[in-house]
Amino acid sequence: MFLINCPYCGERDQSEFSAGGEAHILRPKQPTELSDDQWAEYLFMRKNIKGVQFERWNHTHGCRKWFNMVRDTSNDKIHAVYKMGEKPPVK
Amino acid sequence: MKNKYSIFSLIKNAFSYHENWQRAWRDPEPKKEYDAIIIGGGGHGLATAFYLAKKHNMTNIAVVEKGWIGGGNTGRNTTIIRSNYLWDASAGLYDHALKIWEGLSQELNYNVMFSQRGVMNLAHNLQDVRDLKRRTHANRLNGIDAVWLNTEEVKKFCPIINTSPDIRYPVLGGTLQRRAGTARHDAVAWGYARGADAMGVDIIQNCEVKGIKRNEDSVEGIETTKGFIKTKKIGVVAAGHSSVIANMVDLKLPLESKPLQALVSEPVKPIIDTVVMSNAVHAYVSQSDKGELVIGAGTDAYVSYTQRGSHDVVEGTLKAILELYPIFSRMKMLRQWGGIVDICPDASPIISKTHIKGLYFNCGWGTGGFKATPGSGDLFAHTIANDEPHKLNANFNINRFVSGDLVDEHGAAAVAH
Repeated sequence: MFLINCPYCGERDQSEFSAGGEAHILRPKQPTELSDDQWAEYLFMRKNIKGVQFERWNHTHGCRKWFNMVRDTSNDKIHAVYKMGEKPPVK
Repeated sequence: MKNKYSIFSLIKNAFSYHENWQRAWRDPEPKKEYDAIIIGGGGHGLATAFYLAKKHNMTNIAVVEKGWIGGGNTGRNTTIIRSNYLWDASAGLYDHALKIWEGLSQELNYNVMFSQRGVMNLAHNLQDVRDLKRRTHANRLNGIDAVWLNTEEVKKFCPIINTSPDIRYPVLGGTLQRRAGTARHDAVAWGYARGADAMGVDIIQNCEVKGIKRNEDSVEGIETTKGFIKTKKIGVVAAGHSSVIANMVDLKLPLESKPLQALVSEPVKPIIDTVVMSNAVHAYVSQSDKGELVIGAGTDAYVSYTQRGSHDVVEGTLKAILELYPIFSRMKMLRQWGGIVDICPDASPIISKTHIKGLYFNCGWGTGGFKATPGSGDLFAHTIANDEPHKLNANFNINRFVSGDLVDEHGAAAVAH
């Protein structure tokens, strides 16, 4: 449980948000060209990092906008919040 | 040689004020090399070591544990054991475990306090009724005991449930597995540890794995906080930290690790003599032998390794508990904790070889691994010893995420994820 600084609404309780998993996984440009291994990689395989992780969040009970977050999963400390399409802060 | 636990040893030791009990397992320093190493000293890891030694004569093996044995999810779960899963593959897997549970205290010469008090799953809407009836039928076709109970029968089986039609999610019935129940979670870890140790297995605590050494496509050993240990076979049973180990060899797993919470109340006199679970409102409760209500809450919806979990999750669970059991409204909760569970996209586990020779993973048990402890250990030991899966865990390989042959058990997993 923590506070999230929504880039559109400001600081709100985490329970207002939904986690959308690992960020920056690109949707395949040519889905028909993908092998089964590549599909599995895209759909299922995750880094699931213990430490600093880039992830997507949605302010479900607020502005309902998606954004990205850099959070340390070992202590839930948030390092940065940035809008979709923006470059992630260099780590 | 280990002394056998019995009524006579209990009496004998009573005369010396229980000060002369033999220690249950040794505290060895790691050898330079083992035939196999199990990473993770929880129930599944210790059971794996036990069956490797007992059934496959692999006694030159070690279990390495970064904390103390049974200090992770084995000591943090709500101890529920059942096998009423939907698909044939899962039925085979979980009922294999349940059958071992039934004789486990004798097999280990350690009382794991396995109590077949029944597990009842409630239905709160029409779809629940359909799903649970379907699951009841599927269970019976697979030889697993299950009966459907209507609302009156639910009330008769567990009188403290509020079956009034006026509550937000009324009880429309439930399915009951009478062979299901609970066991003492710590005793399971200790019993397996003692049994494995007696056969020569080294259980090395406070020994964290820092890296895995590999030579091209096979493993050579592990780097630990107690130095390098050479081995050709590594079985990873690290639960919530499976991905951490996998990342050491650049292996990606289809897992997300999330905190799952549980809590217990102050101890009271016997009030509920079974386990009642409700997936739809997310509340499940049983009573421990000490008299505490044991309540399982849900997972946080985001990846975290913090072992605590959010307050709103507990709040949601307690709301549901209070609506179903108004009698608990003045109970005080004593303790709350979280464990990190590794969840697979299809809510089924992975007991599998990998593309790296000598590296095996037993993970992805998500929110319901405790019930499978003996079966998981037995099948994982078979997989490691023979370098081939047993037919009961053949479906639970990592490749199912490539082939698409998933074992979707979201309906039968108690915690929605």
